Amino acid sequence: MLVEIRFHGRGGQGAVTAANLLANAAVREGKYAQAFPYFGAERRGAPVVAFARISDEPIQTHSRIEHPDIVVVLDPKLFELANVTEGLKENGIVIANAREKPDVGETFKVYCVDATSIAQSIGLVVSGWPVVNTVMLGAFARATGLVKLESIIEAVREQFPGKIGDLNANAIMKAAESVREC
Amino acid sequence: MNVNSKPVLEEPKTVFFAPISHPSPGSVGKTGTWRTHKPVVDLDKCTGCLICWLYCPEDTIIRLENDKVSIDYEYCKGCGICAHQCPFDAIQMVPEG
Amino acid sequence: MVVKTLTGNYAVAYAVKLARVNVVSAYPITPQTTIVEKLSEMIEKGELNARMIRVESEHSALAAVYGAASAGARAFTATSSHGLLYMHEVVWWAAGSRIPLVMAVVTRAIGPPWNIHVDHQDILDQRDSGWIIAVAQENQEVLDLTLQAFKISEDPRVYLPMMVGLDGFILSHTTAPVDIPDQELVDSWLPPRRQPYIIAPESEVVMGNIAPDEDHFMMRYSMAASMEAAKKVIEEVDREYGEIFGRSYGGLVECYKCEDAEYFVVIMGSWAGDAKKAVDTLREQNVPVGVVRIRFVRPWPREKLLEILSGAKGVLVFDRAVSMGSTGILFSEVAQTLYPLNISLKGLVAGLAGVDVGPSRIEAEILKFIKQTEEGAIYTPTEWILPEKYAGRYPSSPKEVIAK
Repeated sequence: MLVEIRFHGRGGQGAVTAANLLANAAVREGKYAQAFPYFGAERRGAPVVAFARISDEPIQTHSRIEHPDIVVVLDPKLFELANVTEGLKENGIVIANAREKPDVGETFKVYCVDATSIAQSIGLVVSGWPVVNTVMLGAFARATGLVKLESIIEAVREQFPGKIGDLNANAIMKAAESVREC
Repeated sequence: MNVNSKPVLEEPKTVFFAPISHPSPGSVGKTGTWRTHKPVVDLDKCTGCLICWLYCPEDTIIRLENDKVSIDYEYCKGCGICAHQCPFDAIQMVPEG
Repeated sequence: MVVKTLTGNYAVAYAVKLARVNVVSAYPITPQTTIVEKLSEMIEKGELNARMIRVESEHSALAAVYGAASAGARAFTATSSHGLLYMHEVVWWAAGSRIPLVMAVVTRAIGPPWNIHVDHQDILDQRDSGWIIAVAQENQEVLDLTLQAFKISEDPRVYLPMMVGLDGFILSHTTAPVDIPDQELVDSWLPPRRQPYIIAPESEVVMGNIAPDEDHFMMRYSMAASMEAAKKVIEEVDREYGEIFGRSYGGLVECYKCEDAEYFVVIMGSWAGDAKKAVDTLREQNVPVGVVRIRFVRPWPREKLLEILSGAKGVLVFDRAVSMGSTGILFSEVAQTLYPLNISLKGLVAGLAGVDVGPSRIEAEILKFIKQTEEGAIYTPTEWILPEKYAGRYPSSPKEVIAK
């Protein structure tokens, strides 16, 4: 089974890192995975996308993901700025950093988590920006069940050891507790 | 006399895609949406030195008649260079929304 | 019209002067240097109203003329071997920008070890770049081809830069009679410079932006289309030049004693003259052989070659450049052209670094090839004609070295 995921973020928010961490987590569970940015001239603050594929079989394709199964939206404002559900499969899943259900129609299964508040509440802030990418992965793991929460945390700790890893792990747990279908 | 020295612009006669572009405002869209923090000018502190106007990489500092400034929020990306450069602390970066 | 005894390099310089170029820039490299030496002399004497831009490298030389040409100047540069390799990045910029431009390439081997003598490795290394690439056989053709290059490159159906190749020393430093056309006649034949856009302070044009992938793709597509269109323009210009100046060369390829030929030698550059001499001798012995001289490598004269070679019994390709790990470069072009036909085909790599291959050796190779073919059609992609000093001590096919 092949699952295709698209991350929406803003340049600098860590969408690419989130995709990489998710792939790393999946591989830890013996799955096959792939993560890639939309290669281009990325700019801080501009809407960006990143992609991941998770599969039980080796992944041969390197083409773009046109019809994702899941989209993860890192910034609530992106629901206005970008067409985040473009090409999303009919019964696809939206995992949103949002307090309330964003207006994406009725055909998708939508999960909400207030990742911004979680990051701020535990001091996960870099250069004035709440770090929401790892938080969203906690929500992703709980909402989809595609990867275990522990695998996400292991992948995050590998990349961010020590105190930063602790902070992130804490945020991931919190997100998993608070994510809900909305 | 160099009779052939004047070049002539002539349309290509085979299907043609030239690697050129024509400058236009906001060719990548309204870049103001990229902003997470916006610069806010305190006109009481602004002396009209125009340092911010010189430094702005996006030409979004609007020069007022008295040389004081305002911001073009449609295109300002919120990079904060103006606030950083202002010698009079007249520009503050305020979180968006 | 004046007949002068000129080196190939001076023939280039006279053509550039006749074309009334506005800007010249180059960096000295053997065997190119005397082209721009002559041009700076012409400029200093006031015979040519042009600006000579002195630069610190070939990369800058081509960048300078590419910039001048973008701004609307008829511009020219010349180089050779390592200089051309050093230009390679700008070679692609100029072609992709669709800026008409002319460059003389005095063909020379590439090091190491340092070597200043002729082969075609340098110019053929540029073949995928989008430049029109032609190679001359004689000094007179060098002048005529250089003049034609301006007209071809600036044609609105083409708008691609053009390289004119002439063999290092064998043409560049050899004097031969060259007929220099009258300036008035050239002026009436060569129109003012035309180009698709002009980058000047007042023109609102930006060059160097990132373009969407799809547009980049279509730029390559449109270059390919212009290459196809150039085939017709090249034939047209050559024919028209013949009518006005009395000399034409067959356009994309020159055919020598092709009419009733059953076997063909495919060859390019100055040693095509040696091949013709070999064919003359063989014709006296009633051997039905002709020479197909490749004048334009890009655009590749596929249709014309098919027309000439489709009835052939055998085609023997002489290459003065090799693609390491594959075959001679012209061989692979000829082979893909003749793909659907059942023709005996053989590629010979020879004459690298100026190692001499004269008419008698070519003659012997032709006879050997005919004999092999008569015993049954062959397909031999690469054999090397080793220098006399080493012949017999090593196998002629690098493949056999491994077999041993």
